[in-house]
Amino acid sequence: MLSFTLNDHPVQCKSPAPETSALTLLRTTLGQCGTKEGCASGDCGACTITITSPEAPGRYKSVNACILPAHQLAGCHVTTVEGLAKETQLHPVQQAMVEHHASQCGFCTPGIVMSLYALYENRQEVDMVDDSHLDHRIEQALSGNLCRCTGYRPIRDAARAVMTTPSGPRPAQDKAPVPPAVSTARDYLLPTSLSDLHACLARHPDAPLVAGGTDLMVEANARLRTFDTLIDLTRLPELKQIMPLQEGWYIGGGVTFEALLPLAEKHYPALAELLYRLGSRQIREQATVGGNIANASPIGDTPPIWLALNAELILDGLSGERRLPLDEFFTGYRTTVLGAGNYIKALILPSLARHQALWVWKLSKRRDDDISAVLMAASATVTGDRLDHVRIAFGGMAATPARAPALEQVLEGHRLTAARLAMARQALAEEFTPLDDVRASSTYRRIAAGNLIERLYWHLNAVPGHKELTHA
Amino acid sequence: MRKLIPAPAPLPSDAATRHSAPHDSAVAHVTGRAIYVDDLPAHARMGYLAVGLSPHAHARLDGLTLDAVRQSPGVIDVITAADIPGRNEVGAVYPGDPLLAERELRYAGQPVFAVVATDLVSARRAVDKAVIHATPLPASLDAVEAIAQGLTVLPVHHHERATPLDRGSAMKNNTQTREAPGEAPAASHCVSGTLSIGGQEHFYLEGQIAQAEALDDDGIRILTSSQHPSEVQKLVAEVLDRPLHSIVAEVRRMGGGFGGKESQAAALGAMAALAAARNHCTVRFRLPRRDDMLMTGKRHPFETHYEVTTDDRGILRDTTISLIGNCGHSPDLSEGVVDRAMFHADNAYYLGNARVTGHRAMTHTASNTAFRGFGGPQGMMPIEAAMDDIARRLGLDPLDVRKRNLYTDQKDETHYGQRLDQHLIGPLIDQLEKQSDYRHRRQAITAFNQENPIIKRGLALTPVKFGISFTAQHLNQAGALLAIYTDGSVLINHGGTEMGQGLHTKVCQIVARVFDIPLGRVRISATRTDKVPNTSPTAASSGADLNGMAARDAALTLRARLLDLAAEQYRQPRDSLTFSDGQLIADGWSMPWEALIQAAYLKRVPLSATGFYSTPTIHYDKTTGKGHPFFYYAYGAAVSEVEIDTLTGEHRLRRVDILHDVGDSLNPAIDRGQIEGGFIQGAGWLTTEELKWDDKGTLLTTGPATYKIPAYSDTPPVFNVALLEGHPCSQATIYRSKAVGEPPFMLALSVWSALRDALSSLTNYTTSPALDVPATPERILLAVEAIKSASTPAACPEGADHG
Repeated sequence: MLSFTLNDHPVQCKSPAPETSALTLLRTTLGQCGTKEGCASGDCGACTITITSPEAPGRYKSVNACILPAHQLAGCHVTTVEGLAKETQLHPVQQAMVEHHASQCGFCTPGIVMSLYALYENRQEVDMVDDSHLDHRIEQALSGNLCRCTGYRPIRDAARAVMTTPSGPRPAQDKAPVPPAVSTARDYLLPTSLSDLHACLARHPDAPLVAGGTDLMVEANARLRTFDTLIDLTRLPELKQIMPLQEGWYIGGGVTFEALLPLAEKHYPALAELLYRLGSRQIREQATVGGNIANASPIGDTPPIWLALNAELILDGLSGERRLPLDEFFTGYRTTVLGAGNYIKALILPSLARHQALWVWKLSKRRDDDISAVLMAASATVTGDRLDHVRIAFGGMAATPARAPALEQVLEGHRLTAARLAMARQALAEEFTPLDDVRASSTYRRIAAGNLIERLYWHLNAVPGHKELTHA
Repeated sequence: MRKLIPAPAPLPSDAATRHSAPHDSAVAHVTGRAIYVDDLPAHARMGYLAVGLSPHAHARLDGLTLDAVRQSPGVIDVITAADIPGRNEVGAVYPGDPLLAERELRYAGQPVFAVVATDLVSARRAVDKAVIHATPLPASLDAVEAIAQGLTVLPVHHHERATPLDRGSAMKNNTQTREAPGEAPAASHCVSGTLSIGGQEHFYLEGQIAQAEALDDDGIRILTSSQHPSEVQKLVAEVLDRPLHSIVAEVRRMGGGFGGKESQAAALGAMAALAAARNHCTVRFRLPRRDDMLMTGKRHPFETHYEVTTDDRGILRDTTISLIGNCGHSPDLSEGVVDRAMFHADNAYYLGNARVTGHRAMTHTASNTAFRGFGGPQGMMPIEAAMDDIARRLGLDPLDVRKRNLYTDQKDETHYGQRLDQHLIGPLIDQLEKQSDYRHRRQAITAFNQENPIIKRGLALTPVKFGISFTAQHLNQAGALLAIYTDGSVLINHGGTEMGQGLHTKVCQIVARVFDIPLGRVRISATRTDKVPNTSPTAASSGADLNGMAARDAALTLRARLLDLAAEQYRQPRDSLTFSDGQLIADGWSMPWEALIQAAYLKRVPLSATGFYSTPTIHYDKTTGKGHPFFYYAYGAAVSEVEIDTLTGEHRLRRVDILHDVGDSLNPAIDRGQIEGGFIQGAGWLTTEELKWDDKGTLLTTGPATYKIPAYSDTPPVFNVALLEGHPCSQATIYRSKAVGEPPFMLALSVWSALRDALSSLTNYTTSPALDVPATPERILLAVEAIKSASTPAACPEGADHG
């Protein structure tokens, strides 16, 4: 049995197969066809719905229903496009979309409405008074919604208008009582404590672990994969903790990128800039710090940053708790030391030391909602012009996220002068032989990675007139 | 009916808001109530279809082992080419597109067999259990090589023109109609180049889908997401060997089309119909995104070459343009696509002596098809590249070179012999140049580039002149069916389909305008082949031009009947009667619309009528390459400002200004939406949308994870769009409006030209860097690298020409 509330009505349905997506449940089982399937891979946002989970009842998360495991709806308030209008009265977001001619074919529209609904329901005072802040918030909210018809301008106008209009009297939200979050499914396990989790792992040591599902569910949809059992990590408060430590931060493996943002904005601005471009809002609401490390993709956006910051992992599970540097975690293309029945409990992220800088640059074909062709994360302490404790890691350049030790060595203890830059380029060229793939050629990766060192040179040498690409 | 319903009270006047009425489905869109084919309720006995696709670009098909497929859980039926009762052919114009492969596999992604199962996942699982026995054959995967080897889907075609001045010499030597380069006057400059232009996936958000229902009288009803329901009807009839009157195709709306559902939707309709007929049930056939991208055709990639000579002012004397369209494995619509590319090789410029050649290369890839602009965008690119090249060669602003070469009232004949009857483009560009502050920004950008070593900005203004009409003459016709019911409500049907472009809204507005009644009285229903027969595709930007006229024709018929009735019944002089704001009025007399309709019914006036329209004056002679293929031209221009990072090739679109000609707009809000949407779609094609195949010819970019259409943040922060005011269409189009679907797409060429401008700044505007499209960060960076290595003294021999 799976229970949740849908558009303020309680829903109870037969427990779906573990790999079933929320979209399939909505459209096929429940006959709610307002939510559309555009890609089934979490890239287009036509299936966007909002959920508010029991632990954060006031917060609306926009998520891609196509890659959301249906079982994760358990105990949540789910809102779909059908639930916004009250009788014939459109929600202000819907009204603004109509008034600004912001739909053409209409197929992406439900998803866009839902992304804006989440933004609207979560809005704060500052959104209404600061235009550039608002534009940033709108851009973040719509980063995962593709529209092929309008060119987005009318959607932008609709969003600006609705977000800056004070809400009038709103119909009372008659929230139905929240059903218990307990899932009784035998093949989709939702442990709520670490001891539960360890019991699940002991019973099903080979069961895949799922957190955000943003990778696993894409795979399940594309290859029609089925699972005997899935163990879900999203209901474990211990994995969602962010705590200050002596040496830095304890970041639970289950912390989503959206939840990580406030910390990043405050303490690691370069990381925050990257997070704005990691997947889309819908992905960031689901994808987790631990998931992005454990899936060991060579083009994951965050592992190079953690490598550059000399982060450590706390692993736990059937092999017991252990702590190891991230440097030792990846063993090859999509392989790690983790082992079946184990999970990433936390990331230990050192604080930036005095004079320590972090630079993160992601190169992709499209600015938002794209996967890196090359990502460089570099960290060093800068005293005068001198670089020390240099750590530089790349994504997209090798079979795993990888540091560039020879490059680091060339820079360590030196000023990055033009001559040193040439040496650095040479060292980097010898370090990696990147691949050709659909995102970029080996040539592009090689030249662009070298040029990112040059970008670092321009930054450090603060040449007058040097500018960054203006961000719209 | 025995008793009329009470005449409803008139609706409030909407005269003030009707012009920019919202999309007729806007509320349905935002509430999720708008129904697309996949949202239809499932029937009790419903089959779901999936197809097995060719894994080879080219192979002999030796056989299929399908036992495991048949035994797979949930399977209802397995269908191969041998099971087709009629023709195994769904080609739109020429044969070459079998519904299911028979003896030869001609592209990776070609459908080979079909499975019907109780649900889509079961059907897809069963498909994976097939064994396709095939012997791979050499595959044609390169369009230029294909032409060298004579591999074409259709013959080559030429447009050739010797200007009046040169006609004498051309007549003397009839094998040579243009000056040989050696004979050119002394003050002449020659630029040439090659330009490789990528294709484009439509990426309609709603993938291809059709649902077929077997009716009790041997009929089939197909609900399809198609721009051309009459062609779905026709091909289903041929595949099933049944007469056309037993097949009904219906389209309520599409979740985007863009040309991708003009011919490509028919295969789905035919497959679903075949499965429905065999199993006497309802069958739904929806392509998952990956299959859609593998199986269906895209915009034609083009390989182009241009060579022009100019005088010292940069004015064209001779232009030679060669266009190779990569058609894929079969003709599909490639005849028209390459023709249209050739018709637009001039864009808005007088080419002088001109020779334009169009080749149609056969490659073993999905058969490329219609996509917004239909070859026009690709055709315009070489001459736009040449404009930039000439400017660099002569040290001029590219805008000045463009302006000097525009058609004028002295130079008004295209290279295919059609004369322009409206000289809008010069004044339009002048107005846009001022509105966009082009000259000041040019100075500011040059200064910016001198100060900034890494980040470079570029600016470009490019024009568009786009010919409106189907180049296949017989398609320029349309029909409509109008019914007025006894409560005064009006139902209009026409042959056009709604894919988001607002056609239905415009047609409702036209009908409301004839009777001057509120838009709320007029409703449009699904496009159905049993209401309006023998329709043309909703394509070539012609939807409102053709169907709007047909709807108006039907409305005028009923208007005349109502006026006749009123003149006779109420003894009002017929000439004094007018429809005004929901009433029929005359001197001191008026009657509400609703009452008038009831009176007409009771007086037994027929309240339904058909309407028809065919475009006058168009003709084209393929043997001479001359004629008047277009009813009129739509014009526009755009200024784009970009910024590139020369270290990474990343680029941003900073500002866009557009001035576009839609004649007298039928709906300014909808037209603006078409202009903006077309522009951004064009910008995507030119920058981020990159199709990649492996070396065996299998498409690698099969989903939005790898194929990147513009996202929200790609829209420029400053995006000024204006409609050209005060220039009604010179031809008697519907209320003197102009077509708007395709022309704005090509405004995006300004983005590409601006990127070249930014690159050119690296050599202080002395060279014109080649930039193939899509201009991805990778292409930009490699262009920067090429400039850097060319400007290294050792690598640049003295006197090297970068023109």
